[in-house]
Amino acid sequence: MNNNTDSAAEEIHEVHVHRDDFGSKMGLWLFLLTEILLFGGLFLLYAGYRFKYPEGFAAAASELDVLMGAVNTIVLLTSSLTVVLGIVALQKNKLKLSLFFLWCTVFCGIIFLVNKYFEWGAKFHHGIYPKGPKLQEMSEGEVMYFGLYYVMTGLHGLHIIIGLAFIGIVMYRMKKKVITSTNFQKLENAGLYWHIVDIIWIFLFPLLYLIH
Amino acid sequence: MENNEHHEGEHPVNEHHGPEEGMIAHAHHPSYGVNIAVWIGLIGLTSITVAVAGINLGSLALSVALIIALVKSMFVVNFFMHVKFDSKIIKLCLGVCIVVFITMFVLTFFDLTFRY
Repeated sequence: MNNNTDSAAEEIHEVHVHRDDFGSKMGLWLFLLTEILLFGGLFLLYAGYRFKYPEGFAAAASELDVLMGAVNTIVLLTSSLTVVLGIVALQKNKLKLSLFFLWCTVFCGIIFLVNKYFEWGAKFHHGIYPKGPKLQEMSEGEVMYFGLYYVMTGLHGLHIIIGLAFIGIVMYRMKKKVITSTNFQKLENAGLYWHIVDIIWIFLFPLLYLIH
Repeated sequence: MENNEHHEGEHPVNEHHGPEEGMIAHAHHPSYGVNIAVWIGLIGLTSITVAVAGINLGSLALSVALIIALVKSMFVVNFFMHVKFDSKIIKLCLGVCIVVFITMFVLTFFDLTFRY
């Protein structure tokens, strides 16, 4: 669709656009670093209490469904891949394909949340919730573990919801041709946010599910 | 295979980042293949970490799980988030953040090991 004169004209035009893609990316990265430290604090808390209550943590972790955790890990890794493929497709100027990949990501994100709903639901059903009958019989270490489990997976789930909203807004603006093959930084930023959420899960999964 | 001439036409511009050209992001050889390969690797590592958890490794289990998680996140950071191809300042910021985190961790554990 572009011949040489067109793209040359485009390049000259681009130089005068008031846009700072690098600044945009840098800003998002600085925010992501604060996210790393936010979850970092929780990981530190986890490490400290695990050090104090090794038996309690191992006993509590065996209540979790490893298969469910593994499925969610794969779902999230796949959603990360489809975001990247969506970016590549947009850069290759294939809007429809890009939107398809991003829909895959949204779909995976929702599957993740549905799985989480069933997981939390099963715990609640067994009486593991604040002041729940089973939780009150548990040792201090187990109570600490479940406290951290709910806070960490809950905060992570909140990030998934925000990430989905972020991707949704970007998709809408792609449809409106605001975000295009030559102006894709906002899609990349949504992708970066989604990947950091994925990375947090990469650490949560072994630490919460695989320690017994 | 698809409109490559468009992208190749752009590349001479982003080879030398002038003060103004650097503001506008350009695609760096976008490719599906590399990312799919990384994804296959990530799925493989996930299977390994689940399989290894079934074996009783004792005190090594945590280190093995964390090393696999670190390798996985390095794949995600370098390829999916393309930090590998990003400017030095982003690498530096990420590095500083990780060093801060490790420092907090080490200091906390100095406290914990001598307290109990």
